[in-house]
Amino acid sequence: MPWRLLRFALSRKYPEPRIFAAPRELKRHYDVVIIGGGGHGVAAAYYLARDHGITNVAVLEKGYLGGGNTGRNTTIIRSNYLTPEGVQFYDASVRIWQQLSEELRLNLFYSTRGHFTLAHTDAAMRTMRWRAEVNKHYGVDSEVVDAAEFKRACPQIDLSCGGHAPILGALYHAPGAIARHDAVAWGYARGASERGVEIHQGTQVTGIDVVAGRVRAVRTNRGTVETGRVLSAVAGYTPRITDMVGLRTPIIVHPLQAMVSEPMKPWLDPILVSGSLHVYVSQSARGELVMGASLDPYEVQSTRSTLDFVEGLSAHMLDMFPFLSNVKVMRQWAGMADMTPDFAPIMGCTDVGGFYLDAGWGTWGFKATPISGKTMARTVATDRNDPLITGFSLDRFRRYALTGEKGAASVGH
Amino acid sequence: MKILVCPVNGPRVVTEFVYWGEVRQMPDPDRVSDDAWADYVFNRNGAPGVKKEWWCHAPSNTWFIAERDTERDHVLRTYLPGES
Repeated sequence: MPWRLLRFALSRKYPEPRIFAAPRELKRHYDVVIIGGGGHGVAAAYYLARDHGITNVAVLEKGYLGGGNTGRNTTIIRSNYLTPEGVQFYDASVRIWQQLSEELRLNLFYSTRGHFTLAHTDAAMRTMRWRAEVNKHYGVDSEVVDAAEFKRACPQIDLSCGGHAPILGALYHAPGAIARHDAVAWGYARGASERGVEIHQGTQVTGIDVVAGRVRAVRTNRGTVETGRVLSAVAGYTPRITDMVGLRTPIIVHPLQAMVSEPMKPWLDPILVSGSLHVYVSQSARGELVMGASLDPYEVQSTRSTLDFVEGLSAHMLDMFPFLSNVKVMRQWAGMADMTPDFAPIMGCTDVGGFYLDAGWGTWGFKATPISGKTMARTVATDRNDPLITGFSLDRFRRYALTGEKGAASVGH
Repeated sequence: MKILVCPVNGPRVVTEFVYWGEVRQMPDPDRVSDDAWADYVFNRNGAPGVKKEWWCHAPSNTWFIAERDTERDHVLRTYLPGES
């Protein structure tokens, strides 16, 4: 190590700058308390401060910033969904993503790769045409391509997929991208912190006081804070929080697992998804293949991972890319996906006054980080659902008005 | 691989089983309010805990109940409906 660098590191004059302030004590009162210091929570805090001037805000995080599903997903960003509500919502998100590095002054490694959803059956091809038409109607760049065109974009593919699931074509979505997930949480946290928001890590919510149908206070392992507005953005912990205010939801938590390979030279440019083979894969800036599959088949509220998952996903990866047989798996992990029956999120106001939900993010939450932060901030600030999220409100279940989002990841068609 | 004990067929690998959710009591559709019926249709107890769940051993179509800690994914016991 060069001497000058070491001197810099040990200097009192140039200490390593903190990316966001670490407040010591909880205040007695906040205008808004956000439960959950993941991307969604800190993004909502950022937009509350930036767009609505509400800065007396605390973000309470049980673990550490971005340590939940924000740091556990496979970072795919796209907007080629199936329902009009979904397409418009995610398209607004992609537009924010594309200029987010500049806005947050942090390199998010946002990398537009193009996104192929592979179709192995006639039925899947039909769904792809359906999605492409819905997408085009809303101005989203999306088209159906045949197998030969996909092969040109990804020459390494075995189009027969081992002979049992030949690829017939794909839905191609040129704006499909990946980003560095930790940086997203850090960037929003810094932006929020600079505007006066307090981010309290290691702070677990143990109860919420509701008086006469309105939120009054939040109890934590570090004391009680008074507040009139609480936003819950806790993904797989949502049922535990909604139980505190006596709210019933359809959310069931399933683990969603993922893994990465050892790093390789860059060879895979686009992002690939196969619903039939339960694979989604992209190559990160570090050269690792980032791979995910489908949900675990039954309810578990923990982040345990399994050998079955690695075996199953590896077998399907080898169907697509037989030359990977000597490549090693480096790490595997799981996140807790809060699944809804219609594969759409649950967002907005609830029957409890001052209690707002940002939940039901299942397998599709990361890509929604900017737009969910922005729309939830507006919803909390005005106590009225943002027009973009009215299709996602909790009371849609009471009205039997579901938003059947079959374009979600890890959903079979 | 995880092993689950079928009350009829004994210990089998978990991939032979299908999970069918928590055991719930259906309200009488003729007497219940619309809100209560929607609550039954959609809403679930999603918090962790020891739950009674429907499982099916698919090859033999044996439906049974498992008591499982859903946070630790630990099955306490399994039995046929009607037994306890």
